[in-house]
Amino acid sequence: MDNRIFEIRWHGRGGQGAKTAALLFGDAALSTGKYIQAFPEYGPERMGAPVQSFNRISSEPIRLHSGIENPDVVLVLDVTLIGQVDVTKGLDEGKGVLIVNTPLTAEEMKKKLGYDGKVCTVDASAIATDTIGKNIPNTPMIGALVKVTGILGIDELLEDTKIKLEKKFRNRPEIVEGNLKAIERAYNEVKGV
Amino acid sequence: MKAAKTGNEAFAEAMRQINPDVVAAYPITPATEVVQIFSQFVADGLVKTEFVAVESEHSAMSACIGASAAGARAMTGTSSQGLALMWEMLYIAGGLRLPIVMAVVNRALSSPINIHCDHSDSIGARDSGWIQLFSENVQEAYDNIIQAVRIAEHPDVNLPIMATTDGFILSHCLETLDMLSDEDVRSFVGDIPERSTLVKSLREGKPITLGALDLQDYYFEHKRQSAEGMFNAMKVIPEIGKEFAKTFGREYGFFEAYKLADADAAILVMGSTSGTAKDVVDTMRAEGKKVGLVKLRVYRPFPAQMLAQALSGIKALGIMDRAEGMSAVSGPVYPEICAALYDLPGKKPVVQDYIYGLGGRDVSLNDIRYIFDEVLKSAQTGKKAYTLKYVGVRE
Repeated sequence: MDNRIFEIRWHGRGGQGAKTAALLFGDAALSTGKYIQAFPEYGPERMGAPVQSFNRISSEPIRLHSGIENPDVVLVLDVTLIGQVDVTKGLDEGKGVLIVNTPLTAEEMKKKLGYDGKVCTVDASAIATDTIGKNIPNTPMIGALVKVTGILGIDELLEDTKIKLEKKFRNRPEIVEGNLKAIERAYNEVKGV
Repeated sequence: MKAAKTGNEAFAEAMRQINPDVVAAYPITPATEVVQIFSQFVADGLVKTEFVAVESEHSAMSACIGASAAGARAMTGTSSQGLALMWEMLYIAGGLRLPIVMAVVNRALSSPINIHCDHSDSIGARDSGWIQLFSENVQEAYDNIIQAVRIAEHPDVNLPIMATTDGFILSHCLETLDMLSDEDVRSFVGDIPERSTLVKSLREGKPITLGALDLQDYYFEHKRQSAEGMFNAMKVIPEIGKEFAKTFGREYGFFEAYKLADADAAILVMGSTSGTAKDVVDTMRAEGKKVGLVKLRVYRPFPAQMLAQALSGIKALGIMDRAEGMSAVSGPVYPEICAALYDLPGKKPVVQDYIYGLGGRDVSLNDIRYIFDEVLKSAQTGKKAYTLKYVGVRE
């Protein structure tokens, strides 16, 4: 009902950082002067279980506190969720975008999904393994999200993420550096934009 | 300063800025983070608070009562079963006129066991002598708990107070929060005003007894005086709200009337759903439908006369109740609104009740729109179609 609010849904498995991705992205959007919400869906919390988290971003204050039913963008952190979880649920085939962590091309992914809307792909797991040394695909997915939607500038995102991660990993600069590289690479490598 | 904070972080940050003398708490989902984050502030030396890690919520409230009776500014936080376990101590805090401030994260009561939001926990504590403030969003939760200190400690009130958030919907939702500076909060809450306390009585060499046996001879007088505190809160709550507005720019009263002035149909609701409902009001207004909203902030004391006044012009009203009253009539807010409207002269609005969102069931824009459509129908006919409907349940 409110077109000014941009809504995002993240799919992942417990432990992959879907919640952290929504929080980081929300925080970065706030630092650019936008109003934000970031909230996880709390079900049974188990490592590896399918989980979701959400963002709302707007240039006006956000009053909505209902669940997100028709997201503008859906991100899939774990390709093995496809077939188990209805990742395109509520996504408008005309206007919506699905971003999947996979080495497949956008066309191949579309065929696999049997979905006619816009699909973008990025090998976030490979990027994370290269840059961070671990398969933590959440930060590169934020880079892909920013490229696909243009909702934030990449420089703003990198700057804010650097500040946030430097606080969290004070004594481990290689983690900060790795994450920033991961975001930048995903931004440049996402396919189907 | 604009910051991204969850409801729980906002409560904890406000508590850090208030810097109470004592916090006694026991963890419970979804309120755990409030006292967990705060305990980190204690460990980091950011506050001078004595943190008492107790073995249950009953003990948490007991410790707050002891601290507050001695003269300290005492705070705690809890949810659901935790609040239920505090039950007998809630009444003792109220009866002893102790201005304890509690962050309550609203969560459904068992059984069946559930960790998500409804208002049954704090509404169940309705008659315990605690002031209750509900919050629409993270900002209001933060603002409410800061004002709560001043309201509770006002010499004419001296009653415990709870500020609430909707569990998970606000407690775990990162939102944009306009945070005040530590100095501003400190200067707004100030020092705890002079009152009759155990420490003071000993210092002055005139020891007092608190919680003594009080039979047919005086119990009634003391209850009457507690009630007087609640009557006085009717004056103090808007005063503190105005002072807060003067200092920080956001004004708070008993309720917010949203596009109500010329409305034919309105919804009355508490907590986070009121924000969602405002968006529905705007959408329906754009379609030419005369709908409005009342967001009830203060549930205790109950602003009956002011609500009746505000609602006197509308034709039909839907109450959204996020608790099951188990009365075989309606949810708990409905009868109080009806009672408030009963004294209006002339034609009164038709009132219908809608129980929704129990155990965290999501309430969508369409659910709220359905309620508005139902209430608009009754506004047109001028007749009550029914007393109660359940919205968003499978039956």
